[in-house]
Amino acid sequence: MSALVLTLRSAPAQRVDAGALNPTALAGMTPADVAALTLQVGKNVVRVDALFDLSGDDPGDIVFRGDCSRFERIGAGMKSGRVTVEGDAGGYVAQRMLGGEVIVTGSTGAFCASGMKGGRVEVRGNVGDYAGGAVPGDMKGMAGGLLLVAGNAGERLGDRMRRGQILVSGNAGDYCASRMIAGTIAVAGTVGAYPGYLMKRGTLILNALPVQMLPGMVDCGAHRLGFLSLLYASWKGLPGAFGALDASACTVRRFMGDMGATGRGEMLIRG
Amino acid sequence: MIINGVSIDDTFAEAFGMRGIRLIITAYNETWAMNSAAAMTGFATSVIACGAEAGIERVLSPSETPDGRPGVSVLVFAVSSKELIKQIERRVGQCVLTSPTSAIFAGLDEGDPVPLGKTLRFFGDGFQTSKQIAGKRYWRVPVMDGEFLVQDTARMVKSVGGGNFLVLADSQVQALEACEAAIREMRKLPDVVMPFPGGVVRSGSKVGSKYKALSASTNDAFCPTLRGATKSELDERIGAVLEIVIDGLTDASVKKAMEVGMREVCKIGAAGGIRRLSAGNYGGKLGQFQYHLREILK
Repeated sequence: MSALVLTLRSAPAQRVDAGALNPTALAGMTPADVAALTLQVGKNVVRVDALFDLSGDDPGDIVFRGDCSRFERIGAGMKSGRVTVEGDAGGYVAQRMLGGEVIVTGSTGAFCASGMKGGRVEVRGNVGDYAGGAVPGDMKGMAGGLLLVAGNAGERLGDRMRRGQILVSGNAGDYCASRMIAGTIAVAGTVGAYPGYLMKRGTLILNALPVQMLPGMVDCGAHRLGFLSLLYASWKGLPGAFGALDASACTVRRFMGDMGATGRGEMLIRG
Repeated sequence: MIINGVSIDDTFAEAFGMRGIRLIITAYNETWAMNSAAAMTGFATSVIACGAEAGIERVLSPSETPDGRPGVSVLVFAVSSKELIKQIERRVGQCVLTSPTSAIFAGLDEGDPVPLGKTLRFFGDGFQTSKQIAGKRYWRVPVMDGEFLVQDTARMVKSVGGGNFLVLADSQVQALEACEAAIREMRKLPDVVMPFPGGVVRSGSKVGSKYKALSASTNDAFCPTLRGATKSELDERIGAVLEIVIDGLTDASVKKAMEVGMREVCKIGAAGGIRRLSAGNYGGKLGQFQYHLREILK
């Protein structure tokens, strides 16, 4: 079997919910079945084969080709398999994903990996605001799995994140790790203003002190934290800035906060 | 059966089903890992009064430990899951948590769960933090030298306790030196510990006693000073008897350790004052495992 390839014919005029086109939802379907599925495009209902040219026959390995920046919820809720977007993707990529792998070679819109509980999402470009965050109405953001971003992240990265790991090789915007409940975020580049805003627990790892710090992040000094050696070892071989960290370089400057909230979160400054 | 002048008794060692666990203790250097491991496996010679039988399996290089620091692998055995869980909580809490720079990890991936950091974390008084890394949960407990890193849960398996053999020699010194040589080789083996001091025990016991309060008492049949006064197992040449007791994670590992140990003793042979090898048993009525000496050495 070869990957089921969906090549976009032309960019749709409105946003499209592509949540139904994932390996879990398409399990057992033939290419003809997939072609006959319908998607909502604005107020119109459109068949999949009206939007895409289909080739291949493995619904467990789906490839989107073309500018899919208007296609939202790609890979949402999937439990296994692989989805590859060769180009940009819209918002809500891998929303509430439970397992499997999503690869976006371009950039994504907002709320990438929101509510994700397992699996791995790799974005080789940038992610929009609220990546790994909670959509309005949700109490928790990302709750498991791994989000890898080769480029930059927007504002509120990991907002209300509950578990899992987000690794950003580029920069992150303002309010990184805001309202974070638990989990781990690491940013290799710079972060915007006020990281850890109302952070309750969880770990934010940075390479340099942020320019604008919250007064609620309190300095606890430089320490060797043994868990970092296990964490770095688990990242070994990952693409991006975190795949080749020295597992023995575990001394960091630790800030705890946000004291405006529970104050059990931590911001660790490497080097 | 006679090997190098050593007579091998036609008898067997009787061993029992136990619960066993391997834990990995790491520290800033090998000295401190060993300090912690020695404390944790201390007072753990026999389940009769210690609650557990434990020992150091081997020293681990940094490349063999989860956190890349020098470490020590320890094995702990108890008669039941409940008792092992209790012993682990006490021993790790009092001997590893307290030891400078220490961290502790599960050494077995399969088996029934044993709470490790799951209960010890409460020492952190709310400042403890959990981390899930590569599918495993760890706890970071703030302590006065930094953080105590402990895996949430370890695993215990069905094991074997009480494999043994007796070394009967002309003199106390000859019996002791033969046991020392055996222990040196047996400690190179995985999955086993010899829980008595230096791996050797002199106070072999029999079931029961003339005193109602005692369930076990000295094995008078193997006491050389009682040779003429009791139904002795010793002839006039035997001046001392020492025993090596083995606990192992598997039946095969205990058997292998017995073989390696007995062969080492036989190398010394009659020329070194070693007369016989025997074993302790209860007539085959109590233990689940029987290790026949002649089968092992054939």
